Amino acid sequence: MLRYAIHRSLWFIPTLLGMTAVTFIIMQLTPGSPFSPSAANGITPEMIAALEHKYGLDKPIYERFGLYVWHSLQSDFGVSYQYRPQEVRDIIARSFPISLQLGTMATALAVLVGMSLGVMAAVNQNGVVDYISVTSAILFYSMPNFVMGFLLILTFAVWLPHHGIDIGLRVSGWEGPRDWILPTIALAAAPLATLARYTRSSMIDVIRSDYVRTARAKGLAERKVVLKHVLKNALIPVVTLIGPIFAAVATGSFFVEQVFNIPGMGKYYVQSMQTKDQPMILAVTLIFGIFLALMNLLVDIAYGLIDPRIRY
Amino acid sequence: MTHSAASPHPSHPEQALDTADRVVGSDLTARSVAFDAEEQGALAALGVEGEVVVGRQASLWGDAWRRLVRNRLAVIGMIVVVTFIVLAILAPLLAPYDESEVVDVRLARYHPSWTWPLGLDRNGRDIFSRLLYGARVSLMVGVVSYIIVLAIAIPIGSLAGYYGGFVDNVLMRGVDIIFTIPQVLLVLMVVNWRGPGLTNIFLAIGLIGWVTEARLIRGQMLLLREQEYVKASRVAGAKAPYIIFRHLLPNSLTPIIVAATFGIPAAIFTEAAISFVGVGIRPPQASWGQMVGEASRPSDIQTDPHMLIFPVIAIGLTMLGFTFLGDGLRDALDPKGNE
Repeated sequence: MLRYAIHRSLWFIPTLLGMTAVTFIIMQLTPGSPFSPSAANGITPEMIAALEHKYGLDKPIYERFGLYVWHSLQSDFGVSYQYRPQEVRDIIARSFPISLQLGTMATALAVLVGMSLGVMAAVNQNGVVDYISVTSAILFYSMPNFVMGFLLILTFAVWLPHHGIDIGLRVSGWEGPRDWILPTIALAAAPLATLARYTRSSMIDVIRSDYVRTARAKGLAERKVVLKHVLKNALIPVVTLIGPIFAAVATGSFFVEQVFNIPGMGKYYVQSMQTKDQPMILAVTLIFGIFLALMNLLVDIAYGLIDPRIRY
Repeated sequence: MTHSAASPHPSHPEQALDTADRVVGSDLTARSVAFDAEEQGALAALGVEGEVVVGRQASLWGDAWRRLVRNRLAVIGMIVVVTFIVLAILAPLLAPYDESEVVDVRLARYHPSWTWPLGLDRNGRDIFSRLLYGARVSLMVGVVSYIIVLAIAIPIGSLAGYYGGFVDNVLMRGVDIIFTIPQVLLVLMVVNWRGPGLTNIFLAIGLIGWVTEARLIRGQMLLLREQEYVKASRVAGAKAPYIIFRHLLPNSLTPIIVAATFGIPAAIFTEAAISFVGVGIRPPQASWGQMVGEASRPSDIQTDPHMLIFPVIAIGLTMLGFTFLGDGLRDALDPKGNE
């Protein structure tokens, strides 16, 4: 196990380097430098050359890549072209906690509600709870999160107030709990539904297994059967889903932040796309990649610890 | 465990882990595959290698069709998807206006009425016509990008899976790295590099999206190449290309079809998402995502929600239709789901 954990952790390094290289190369291929729209503001070619020299854009690509990696290791991602003279580091330090908070709340909601729904549905298989959760799950999980976001906005900011009902949820900004609820739901809906469906089918598989039949046959109370035998074994495969769910929530937050006008990393990312703010794009992609790779690493190791059947 | 049942959707433990990486939306396959993997493990424990395929091709498809039309949700999904395809193809005939035609600029934001059933947008263009042309964009993105995906994924997945070893290792490590970055971000970066427009969106989604399918095909190959009939073919002197095209790919067809019913809507969604944030299709060309983006200014949502509601419903409904159909297809093509 320890050997596996070490081996798996060491893979982290080439993965990160590869990821940085892919992003870096795509950014290099992208035409247009932040200094080129020059006709209007009267920047001369000499000034552009000076600027490029200042930002190190005139060095050969491998050198720039090496420098970039070296600087990023010291958490120096350069200066944002778009928000000069702000440093990318500072913008991220400001916006990442917001994205992280949104993502954490959405993941927590998805895991708690999704798993409970799945368990309840499986225990009452073909009952009312089962029917309702299966139907809502299939509706939710095919819905893209920005579509979900707008459906929530249309319901809570247009339709309900139009009928004189205002429950005070806000749909723009990130000031307090009243702003948090709808984006969290929009972001959590699809992973929640996925988890509910997965938990349900995993539970049903275990319920049908021989050892559960044995447990029942020896006269164990249904409550004990579910808690001691079914739940433990059924939730193990569900843990593998946590990694993809982090990825879904992280990617989804880019669009949900746009929908609800939340000043997180996603919003900055989209803006940097439009303004060719290369240091920002690179840094945001990297931080997301590192974050997701780290989460997957933890999930993999956790999985090995939880399930004694797994030997590496 | 009925391992003697025909299973066109066999699986492999490694593939289960691979596909489990799929993100919400296309993760259905992940789920089915993950469970298959457990069964597979059980089979291996029993000393059974692979699975036995019984029955003729024709009856397999016939059975699958019968199972599909018995599933009510799948039929609803099929109706939605067929309607979407027909409307997209016939858009120029059905649309009263051209997609970029301004009906009357003074009537911009006109609310739904008998003359313009879905109203006019902020520039005075007919929303109904734009939705029809938007369906065309969505359909083209879905189909063309998926063709590119398969054109890259099939050779790479086949080679990696069939030869294994070093080639496999290099390819799959590369795939792992691409997988670490959220796919939509990569697509955004590629579109940003190539510039806006339909062709570049095809390219971007194709260049990024093959990763998932290559893993799936590789898993299939790994599993199938150990089957008796493939060994027999190899012993009889068949060369690798013959085995791949004659035996391995045809037998991987059903998982590929199931993957397509999730890959195509994923491509449609990706285009909608990037056009929504203003990086994909640019106005005046119509795209559902771009229409949503244009109509979603906070001030407009309050006063003219009709500009937002219809494209949002169009995207949601299309995704729902594909999911229902995909769910149904997977169950229909997987006889294990047959009670």
